[in-house]
Amino acid sequence: MEKGLIFDIRRYSVHDGPGIRTTVFFKGCPLKCSWCHNPESWLDEPQVMERDRVFNGHSKRVKETVGRWYSAEEIIDIVMKDRVFYEESGGGLTVSGGEPLQQGMFLKELLSLCQQYGIHTAIDTSGYVPEDQFSEITGLAKLVLYDIKSANNTKHQEYTGVSNDLIIKNLYSLKENGPKLIIRIPVIPGFNDQLAEMRAILDVIRPVKERIQRVDLLPYHRLGINKYESLGIKPFRLVDQNIRRDDITSFMKLYADNGFPVKKGG
Amino acid sequence: MTERVNALRKQSLEAENILHHERAMLVTSFYREALPTVEAIPVQRALAFQYILENKHLYIGDNELIVGERGPAPKATPTYPEVSLHSLKDLEALNDRPKVSFKVSEETKRAYADVIIPFWKGRTNRDKLMSLMSPAWLNAYKAGVFTEFQEQRAPGHTVLGKKMWGKGMLDLMDECDKKLERLLSAKDAGNTEKVNELRAMNIAAKALILFAERHADALEKMASGETGAGRKKELLQMANICRRVPANAPSTFHEALQHYWFIHLGVITELNPWDSFNPGRLDQHLLPFYQADLEAGRINKEQARELLHCFWIKFNNHPAPPKMGVTAQESNTYTDFALINLGGVKEDGSDAVNEMTYILLEVIREMRLLQPSSMVQVSKKNPDRFIHRTLDIIRTGFGQPSVFNTDAIIQELLRQGKSIEDARNGGASGCVESGAFGVEAYFLTGYFNLTKILELCLHNGYDTRTKQQLGPETGNPESFKNFDDLMTAYRTQVRYFADIKMEGNKIIEQLYATQLPAPFLSLLIEDCIANGTDYNAGGARYNTSYIQGVGLGSVTDSLTALNYHVFDNKTISMNGMLQAMQNNFANFEEFREELVLRTPKYGNDDDYADQQAVDTFNMFFESVDGVPCFRGGMFRINMLPTTCHIYFGSVTGAMPDGRKAGIPLSEGISPVQGTDTNSPTAVLKSAAKIDHIKTGGTLLNQKFTPSFFDDEESYDKLTSLIRSYFRLDGHHIQFNVISADTLRDAQKHPEKYRDLIVRVAGYSDYFNDLGEDLQNEIILRTEHGEQ
Repeated sequence: MEKGLIFDIRRYSVHDGPGIRTTVFFKGCPLKCSWCHNPESWLDEPQVMERDRVFNGHSKRVKETVGRWYSAEEIIDIVMKDRVFYEESGGGLTVSGGEPLQQGMFLKELLSLCQQYGIHTAIDTSGYVPEDQFSEITGLAKLVLYDIKSANNTKHQEYTGVSNDLIIKNLYSLKENGPKLIIRIPVIPGFNDQLAEMRAILDVIRPVKERIQRVDLLPYHRLGINKYESLGIKPFRLVDQNIRRDDITSFMKLYADNGFPVKKGG
Repeated sequence: MTERVNALRKQSLEAENILHHERAMLVTSFYREALPTVEAIPVQRALAFQYILENKHLYIGDNELIVGERGPAPKATPTYPEVSLHSLKDLEALNDRPKVSFKVSEETKRAYADVIIPFWKGRTNRDKLMSLMSPAWLNAYKAGVFTEFQEQRAPGHTVLGKKMWGKGMLDLMDECDKKLERLLSAKDAGNTEKVNELRAMNIAAKALILFAERHADALEKMASGETGAGRKKELLQMANICRRVPANAPSTFHEALQHYWFIHLGVITELNPWDSFNPGRLDQHLLPFYQADLEAGRINKEQARELLHCFWIKFNNHPAPPKMGVTAQESNTYTDFALINLGGVKEDGSDAVNEMTYILLEVIREMRLLQPSSMVQVSKKNPDRFIHRTLDIIRTGFGQPSVFNTDAIIQELLRQGKSIEDARNGGASGCVESGAFGVEAYFLTGYFNLTKILELCLHNGYDTRTKQQLGPETGNPESFKNFDDLMTAYRTQVRYFADIKMEGNKIIEQLYATQLPAPFLSLLIEDCIANGTDYNAGGARYNTSYIQGVGLGSVTDSLTALNYHVFDNKTISMNGMLQAMQNNFANFEEFREELVLRTPKYGNDDDYADQQAVDTFNMFFESVDGVPCFRGGMFRINMLPTTCHIYFGSVTGAMPDGRKAGIPLSEGISPVQGTDTNSPTAVLKSAAKIDHIKTGGTLLNQKFTPSFFDDEESYDKLTSLIRSYFRLDGHHIQFNVISADTLRDAQKHPEKYRDLIVRVAGYSDYFNDLGEDLQNEIILRTEHGEQ
């Protein structure tokens, strides 16, 4: 039986797909996005994180292990606790990360179990996984939340550590069949917050328009900033959120004008 | 909002809460000078009621459309010395206390010193009540094991049913007369009590008509002196309405509101019943009047709204009568808990949401007043739009309306033996209490400190605070071999105190039945006339006595901590745990951190912890449910605290869950503040593990920041959250929508937040009027969405 390395499980997750969901965060990611707010998701093994814990007015430094191995059954037991909420809201399970597809065998087992139990599934992916693996596993899910960061390969390489060739190739593999798509674009100050950048992304996704339910523009936030320190990693390249170029509403209008339902936030 | 409404609303908000001696003086002169001693007590009470309504000062404000005040002016609040007497020291305390204060004038103090106190001292119902209680009752009461609701206020929690929207006082007098005729012709000597009761009801009905007539006279007089043609016409119209209702059944929308308002004033003038009074299913009751007026061209929507605004302001003019001592602590608020019900199902079981429902929701949003409280009943048959509209108001963060599960309420009432129609016509009143509106007398008898009883159990029945043996000796806890031994001992203690409480309440109910009947209230609630029996004596169709359990989260976490650390993992001995408690965790800080942060907690959908909630709930239920009460009905339980979890916390020592001595207990069935770290769905799952259907109401608070109310999609998700909880038979959920930073700022700068209303526990209150401890607690409540 496969085990999966998971760093968080969130119930009442309302921004990762339709309805009320439970989001399971997989540990290990091939990308190192400079704005990442979950740097604890990068390494594909459990790791120790230090943080301050305040109790009774006193603060102390404590060590916590991030990442735990779960069997698919264990995950399902937790996910099924909120069955009533999924049924009422049209929700279900979202796997996120890190990169869930990087733990392919385990994810396959988990998604198959969800099919058995009749739970709606969504995969939140960077798309950066081997092609054969990508199509096999996404075929098991009802919905893919597909992250597109930039159409410019050089920039993509520079800010995420990887090329976007494979990402775009995998996106196009979903053109004919497979699950529905929600395209998620993090709007990062100084990186892609320009109309020209957004237009380029629009051109990338246009060929799979038929399969796209919605485009989500995710505003940048600095939530993860002190996690870097806790993990003892040097921030890869933190963006300065003070740089604001074009307004997010103009991006929304761009996608809407081109026939894509669009939403701010997930 | 019209200019008129704006002015009246402003006046109501700015009026000072004062304690006024008028009613106390009238009732004193009646008993001293006008009391016909040959008459039976119900007749005396009806004549006292008549005396007050005949002689009290009438207040009619500028530009009012609905008239009538209980006191001589808005927020001039009367007292009820026949129930319980304020001492001069009490008056000073009321005047000076920082929260929920009432200004007391020198004139009022003199009236108390010279007339009211000399006459009533030693003669009040409270004096009689206390003298009748057993030593065991008195000791447990003083130790804070339970409270007694009828100590300073009369039984109530009563809601008007559909009957009175189609009848006038003359109809009721006619019913009384017919019943009297039958009784008198039967020549049965045993009927004397009924005959007297019906005569009393008759007098009370007539008294209210006269009260309305007095208003009509005053309005006509004002009209004759009025120069503005518009207002003159209004005054004459209002006079006309006061001539018609409450004598006759209302025939227009305006009449219906004025009709109810006179009835409301009657109930809260006769006695000071808990939760004042309540128009019940207002959208159901008002719709036919509204539609008829629209069709006849008598009214338009704007006019109807203005009348409703005026009606709302009337409630806000009437704070709960001044409470002292334990009563003030258990219900520390100006709110008098008239809880407007909207939505739900009709008598035939169909969806009851209608046009008036949405109009009233709009009125709630616009008025943004502390009173009346408001709630929505959500049945599986009601549309999502109804919930969305409710969320629209909730998101503004003023804590109303709260959300109830109609389908659960109906099941609860059916389990208690109500007919399906009576159950469907019911709802919730007060904080969260289920009732069959218009046909049931459901008394809340007092709060029951489940956590304190565990503390006593862990000391073999001994109370370390009042230094006396309070409970039975259920064994030295160090001798308990396993967790079951502990639970057996705890069960014995719970049962013991529940028995003491219920024995006391049987005597207290008898006292009210014989000494303080309520003939006016009895007119309104079926089947008091048909039975010829008073509301306080079991005349209603259904009679229920509730005990309200408090501290479920705290006691659950304490039991779980004992199970986890002492029995399962043996991280500490029972003796060690007791020492930690005794030292209030001094020198046990590391262990306390373990208890607070790394011990399973209720509210996280973890069966290991939640099982103790289920077991405690069942033990409380089995100790109380089905025990006969004095009035022919039964004792039942519900789970709500109002503000009593603060008082109960103050008398409860350190507990095994890591809570230090004196800190508030958990409220309702909510988890201990700050321990539900999993998700809102986990809280709801945990809370739904107890069987809500076996209660007459549970209270669950959930705090959300405004970020959960962003858009249409988040409304859908919150709607699903509500519907899911209700599918699990959850009784009630209320949302506090506010950020903790806002609240902290409000604590620092109260002057900037005078309009800030927050949900406390089953009701909303001005944040500024809450004690600092309660303010802190509200800030502490886990903020889902800001994790």
